[in-house]
Amino acid sequence: MKPNTPIERLYNGIIKENPTFVLILGMCPTLAVTTSAMNGLGMGLTTMVILAMSNLMISLLRKVIPDGVRMPAYIVVVASFVTICELLLEGFLPSLYEALGLYIPLIVVNCIILGRAEAYASKNTVVASLFDGIGMGLGFTIALTLIGIFREILGAGQIFGFQIMPDAYEPITIFILAPGAFFVLAMLIAFQNRFKIGSARINEDGTKACSRSSCLNCANTLCAGKAADADETEKGGSAK
Amino acid sequence: MSELLHVSSSPHVRSKITTNDIMLMVVIALLPTTIFGIYNFGPRALLLILLSVATCVLTEYVYEKLMKKPVTVKDFSAVVTGLLLALNLPASVSWFVPVIGGIFAILIVKQLFGGLGQNFMNPALAARCFLLISFSGQMTDFSVPKGAWGNIAVDTVSGATPLALLKSGETADVLSLFIGNVQGTIGETSAIAILIGAIFLLCMKIIDLRIPLTYLASFVIFIAIFGGHGLDPNYILGHLFGGGLMLGAWFMATDYVTSPITKKGQIVYGVILGVLTGLFRLFGGSAEGVSYAIIFSNLLVPLIERVTMPTAFGKGGKQNG
Repeated sequence: MKPNTPIERLYNGIIKENPTFVLILGMCPTLAVTTSAMNGLGMGLTTMVILAMSNLMISLLRKVIPDGVRMPAYIVVVASFVTICELLLEGFLPSLYEALGLYIPLIVVNCIILGRAEAYASKNTVVASLFDGIGMGLGFTIALTLIGIFREILGAGQIFGFQIMPDAYEPITIFILAPGAFFVLAMLIAFQNRFKIGSARINEDGTKACSRSSCLNCANTLCAGKAADADETEKGGSAK
Repeated sequence: MSELLHVSSSPHVRSKITTNDIMLMVVIALLPTTIFGIYNFGPRALLLILLSVATCVLTEYVYEKLMKKPVTVKDFSAVVTGLLLALNLPASVSWFVPVIGGIFAILIVKQLFGGLGQNFMNPALAARCFLLISFSGQMTDFSVPKGAWGNIAVDTVSGATPLALLKSGETADVLSLFIGNVQGTIGETSAIAILIGAIFLLCMKIIDLRIPLTYLASFVIFIAIFGGHGLDPNYILGHLFGGGLMLGAWFMATDYVTSPITKKGQIVYGVILGVLTGLFRLFGGSAEGVSYAIIFSNLLVPLIERVTMPTAFGKGGKQNG
């Protein structure tokens, strides 16, 4: 896939660099508001709108914002959009606004938004940045909704508020409490790692390595592949 | 030189006792408690114990098969976990409670962290706390159902648990606490049955007195100071024999995997356990606090071991370069 095209950005945000399951960013809202599928979806969509708009705005302003004050400038942009969203939610979806509570203003300091602004929007074109925001936001929404669905089924026997488990089912209350968020998140990450690691390339010496291009974005600083990469670079890139 | 020199790494002297033996001893030591629980609470208790043990063993077997690991079902550790879990449940819970608890104990707490020897907290107690939070209604309902699975000793179990009595300012009958004609979970009621098992373990040198004694002693001191009843023997004995303290102190705080290996560490661990249990019982929301105290202290074990690690011979002291 050609880099920085809209489709590639969407794929990158939803699958390859899913902010929740792969980058493990934005854990605070992920763990706190996913007590039900609806809350997860609401939080995800709100974040997506803010992410897309702030990416767009920051990309537009990327040549105007001086390097030394870029963080405060990003915060101002993000905070403006968060305020707009907060007022809209309060006006039109008061029940969701009540459920998300404090976590809406906290989107200002959501590390996915600042991360994408810093790592992507400030260096790339407007269209690519917009789609990067939408892709990342969709990835976040899908992840939060999934976690919310699992927690709601196990902890309340419902999905989106509809009873789906038989009456005899006794809800496992711990899943809608804080520990449940950790259990479900860990299980989902383990599950997707099962498939990702399974497909990883095997080196000649039998060690597993990721594809070279993904090493730069990989958060795992302890990965043996990175050391191997550095070695290879020193030797003048003699490997395949 | 025709003779072969056999070179191997340490340890060169190995104990003949295996994990298998130790776990079997623990099962034997738990038998008096188990039998008394079944006598006290009826066949329903037996059913729950069997379900819990079966779930634990099966979960371990299936997980290890699926993950292509060596199957360690034969070492009895899953049996011990299942048995301890069942002994920590009230006899009136539904059938799925021990099943969910067993799966949680073995799969999440034990196997996902690397199996026996790697679990960071006691699987049975972690599962009990998981169940306590999830099904708080069932887990604190100590009334035994009558009917098809009704209990044999009908007149023994009624009214509030001894700890709830103590908490509300009444007194508990120490003699019946000691024998076990009171309410509670399947395995915690009879102090004498637990002590028989504990003495067996002590004689077989499976456990030593360090953790249980420091635990109980620091707990008694804490209760005497902060309990508001001074040295009133009835009150202190009620707290000692009521609830899960005996079972916890002798069988669960002494778990090899989740207790410190250093001698000094074991004493520190016992004191922490005693103080935490006292804190939870006297100032906490619920009447009981042994499970939470033990799993909380389990988390401190790596830290305790690090601080109390003895210096190896030749290390430390003045370095004369």
